[in-house]
Amino acid sequence: MAEKVLPAADVDVTKMATHKKMKKISGLLSVASCSLLGSMGAQAADNWDVDTSVLIYSESDRVSAFEPVVSMKKDLNETDILSMKLTLDSLTGASATGAVPSSQAQTFTRPSGNGQFTTPANETPLDDTFKDSRGQFNLNWDKAIDSNNRRNLGFGVSTEYDFTSISGNASWTHEMNEKNTALTGGINLEFDTISPIGGIPQARSIQDVNQAIIREGADDNRQVIDMLVGVTQIIDRSSLFQVNLSYSMADGYLTDPFKIVSIVDTTPGANLGEPTSQIYEHRPDSRSKTSVYGKYKKSLSNEDIVTASLRLMSDDWGVSSETIDLTYRWQLDNGYYLQPHVRIYHQSAADFYRYFLLDSEAVPTDVTADYRLGEMDAQTFGVKFGKTNQFGNDWSVRIEQYVQSGNSNPAVAFGQLSNQDLYPDVDAIIVQASYSFVF
Amino acid sequence: MIFSHFSRLSILLACVFIVSCSSMGVSPWERGILAKPEMEMTDNAMDLAFDAHIYFSKEASSGGEGFAGGGCGCN
Repeated sequence: MAEKVLPAADVDVTKMATHKKMKKISGLLSVASCSLLGSMGAQAADNWDVDTSVLIYSESDRVSAFEPVVSMKKDLNETDILSMKLTLDSLTGASATGAVPSSQAQTFTRPSGNGQFTTPANETPLDDTFKDSRGQFNLNWDKAIDSNNRRNLGFGVSTEYDFTSISGNASWTHEMNEKNTALTGGINLEFDTISPIGGIPQARSIQDVNQAIIREGADDNRQVIDMLVGVTQIIDRSSLFQVNLSYSMADGYLTDPFKIVSIVDTTPGANLGEPTSQIYEHRPDSRSKTSVYGKYKKSLSNEDIVTASLRLMSDDWGVSSETIDLTYRWQLDNGYYLQPHVRIYHQSAADFYRYFLLDSEAVPTDVTADYRLGEMDAQTFGVKFGKTNQFGNDWSVRIEQYVQSGNSNPAVAFGQLSNQDLYPDVDAIIVQASYSFVF
Repeated sequence: MIFSHFSRLSILLACVFIVSCSSMGVSPWERGILAKPEMEMTDNAMDLAFDAHIYFSKEASSGGEGFAGGGCGCN
């Protein structure tokens, strides 16, 4: 899982108190009715809150993902809350390698080194063997230290065929100003091991179908430290906002072992701009990111809810980005709601991003043609429809479209490259169904 | 100089922010609307986690609302 969402810095413990109160009322009603019926039922405090969800993510002609999740939460006592989450993830499809299209068919070595694949002329080279399954488990313990302080400890492990990640996090929330203000600080430590099939290719070495891949080792690792401080503030009876500052520092193997960069012909003539070979990419072995995040939420007089957020991020790879996210929860009758969603994203390219390299230049120390590090714009449009009930059994369905685009015909293109789409759009559909209940 | 201009400005802004926060807020009995589950900042944690995973694997940015770390070999 990419991002661990910090426990909500709820500035108003009356929410928790209200929730518990409802549970107690529910429990009392349950006990009362069970007594009337002559049988004994479990009190609500002994119950688990269960959230289940299934996500389907599908890009046209590329990657598809199927991701079921089960999350469970239980109040152990008046102060402790235990939660756990199991995520499964199945990925199939094709992924862009980073190589440029050619006017002629191109043949590449598969990342494992076993076999080859051929990309037809004038098509973006895609590795069609992208297939992986992932399992992830997270455990979280939230404890109220006193009426104004909460501590949260978390542990996570994620494993897939060629990647393992272990993480631990801790955060502290302090409420002040009559619980109108909550200050939160947290830290997350993560240790990743990357072990691609066949080993890690030698960075910047040539990939050639007639030669074995040069390897620099069986596996490698990286460490990530994330720190976050934030404040959540109640503004008035119907609105509140949150501001977070975060800093992330990654060290170790940050290169993508499956990505390559084309080297193109600069000799004037019929082959001008044609790829002559390709090398494995290489990224710096450290990266630090800083971001500012703000979120505002307001309940309108008709009980509809507006949520808006803005994130500004920059890193020492030269990437800076802006993200705007808006939702409008349209409250319908009988607990139903309809929630349109818009997300707008822009990022600049990493300093070492290149569409391709020239055969007349020395290979740089760091270079990637991974489109995810290029300059891009992305938009998400979607809608969520659901129903909330007073004592659980909530459900929702959402469907969204995600479109990512960059400069398909950059000024650096020449020769046959001028006729190619060097940054094809990514067009994906996201469908999610969720159901929550208590048992 | 012990503090750079940036540090001084940050401290000044933090002080202004804290003072501003102290003038906001409501009494405990005025929190009926805010106590609704859908008014929690992370009322849709499942959606947020899915989105974080998707965008982490397709874009160069991550984190902000929560930690930015990976836990996935998709980027």
